[in-house]
Amino acid sequence: MDAHIQVNNLNVYYGRQQALKDVNIEIPKKQITVIMGPSGCGKTTLLKTFNRFLELTDGAQITGEVLVDGENIYDREVDVTEVRKAVGLLAQRPSPLPMSIFDNIVYGMHIHRMKRDRREYKAAVKHYLEIAGLWDEVQKRLHDPATSLSIGQQQRLCLARGLAVEPEIILGDEPTSALDPISSQNIESRLLDLKQNYTTVIVTHTLRQARRLADYVIYMYLGEVIEAGPAKEVFTNPKHERTKQYLEGLF
Amino acid sequence: MGMRKKHLQKRHLVELFMKTIMRVSFVIVAGALGLILWTIISRGLPALTWDMVTQVPKGGYYMGKEGGILNAIIGSAYLATGGTILAILLSLPIALYLKAYLGDSKWGGCVRLSLDVLWGIPSVVYGAFGFALMIVFGLRASLLAGIIVLALIELPIMTRAMDEVIRRMPEDLEHAALALGSTKFEVALRVVTRQMLPGIVTAVLLAFGRGIGDAASVLFTAGYTDRISTSLMRPTASLPLAVFFQLGSPYPEVQQRGYAAALILTIIVLAVSLGSRWLSARLNKYTVK
Ligand SMILES: Nc1ncnc2c1ncn2[C@@H]1O[C@H](COP(=O)(O)OP(=O)(O)O)[C@@H](O)[C@H]1O
Ligand SMILES: [Mg+2]
Repeated sequence: MDAHIQVNNLNVYYGRQQALKDVNIEIPKKQITVIMGPSGCGKTTLLKTFNRFLELTDGAQITGEVLVDGENIYDREVDVTEVRKAVGLLAQRPSPLPMSIFDNIVYGMHIHRMKRDRREYKAAVKHYLEIAGLWDEVQKRLHDPATSLSIGQQQRLCLARGLAVEPEIILGDEPTSALDPISSQNIESRLLDLKQNYTTVIVTHTLRQARRLADYVIYMYLGEVIEAGPAKEVFTNPKHERTKQYLEGLF
Repeated sequence: MGMRKKHLQKRHLVELFMKTIMRVSFVIVAGALGLILWTIISRGLPALTWDMVTQVPKGGYYMGKEGGILNAIIGSAYLATGGTILAILLSLPIALYLKAYLGDSKWGGCVRLSLDVLWGIPSVVYGAFGFALMIVFGLRASLLAGIIVLALIELPIMTRAMDEVIRRMPEDLEHAALALGSTKFEVALRVVTRQMLPGIVTAVLLAFGRGIGDAASVLFTAGYTDRISTSLMRPTASLPLAVFFQLGSPYPEVQQRGYAAALILTIIVLAVSLGSRWLSARLNKYTVK
């Protein structure tokens, strides 16, 4: 497997409570990996180790390695802002920045000094809004507050904003759970379109969404990875009893 | 038909009763405000000449019938502006410290409670306290002493208002910016500031409004003078005291000048609050609620 992210002996503790137990997994390049498992099993925690968001939580401790393209992102020499630029995050609830739709997209490009002049920024804003499928809806109101958009539109804006800093990896923590069915479907089809170009890791609590999106599946239970493998194999022929029970909807 | 209005049902009566109470209290408040404004305007307007706002008092110290109160207008502007700036320099760090280190802990609660108590203390007490401090430091009644006392008065209002603004800052917002690879400084400068600025502006102008209208605190500390103040170490005139002294005069003409001074003060406060509303509405356009 051509692994984009490789996790070695990863343990995470919140205070004394252990949230991840000796996780060893590989996440394939330019495919959609879905992390599933019952609530509280550590899906969000695992995702947060990929963009070093765990260090924003007081009392969270981490041991082990997370390699992105073979480089340990927890290495002392690594710049956390570069990690987060390369590993984008689509949060559970969209959170637009307190600025216009246009400036929301520009923000990331601006702090990373990615464009030279206003013309380039304008072109980039259009480009990424088109990718997120939002351009037609907002092209006439680019300078309205981002909060004036519907929740579904806001989540697509957040997707566009994340893509604008040119990440290689997209993380999504139940990115459709706050959305209505049509908006959810919209985000799902964006993610499917994008997978040729990005490595995508999505946490989901709905099995059906997992089946629609997944190329590769990680099943977790109580802080441990129980099973990981290509979606076809895991869904049709789970090796582990717990995975089987989960897929049959027993809990 | 079970859908007709049942007027005599208890819950409808309660509703009617509460509505009536609310209307009555609104009328009382609006009436009182109207009456105050009417008094100030009807008595002050005739004396509000061009001279009043462009000249200093002529003859008979501040109790004279000639000249204007430019000294008090400028003095109040200096006092309130200086006090507000000093209060910002103290309040912002306290509010940030409350958020960053004390949070909702027991100590945080203690600090907030103390500030709320300080808010409620009458300003004459601040004046007396300021006066006591001045004696200790050998300071005479001066613009500087007035500014310091006004800053102390404004401090609790400003700090608590800022504290509320900072506490209402959604954490998601910082995370969203960090997830794009911002440094913490960029988050503070480009995101947090934008989100909080309208609230901070409101807090500052609220405190300014309290500072500029306060008479008792500057009475002991800033003194009074007929001249336009030019030095931090010399006494200064102020609008609230111009009102206070002139209204205390037995001469109707001087009293009328007192009402005119009150009118000017009211107009300044009104302008500041309208300005702050306009500004915060403008800044608020993009904030996340
Ligand atoms: N900030 C935190 N402090 C303490 N415990 C936490 C924190 N976040 C999560 N946990 C605990 O870690 C475990 C895994 O949580 P999480 O990763 O959020 O699970 P999931 O996303 O699968 O629902 C849970 O038992 C949860 O209670
Ligand atoms: Mg979760």
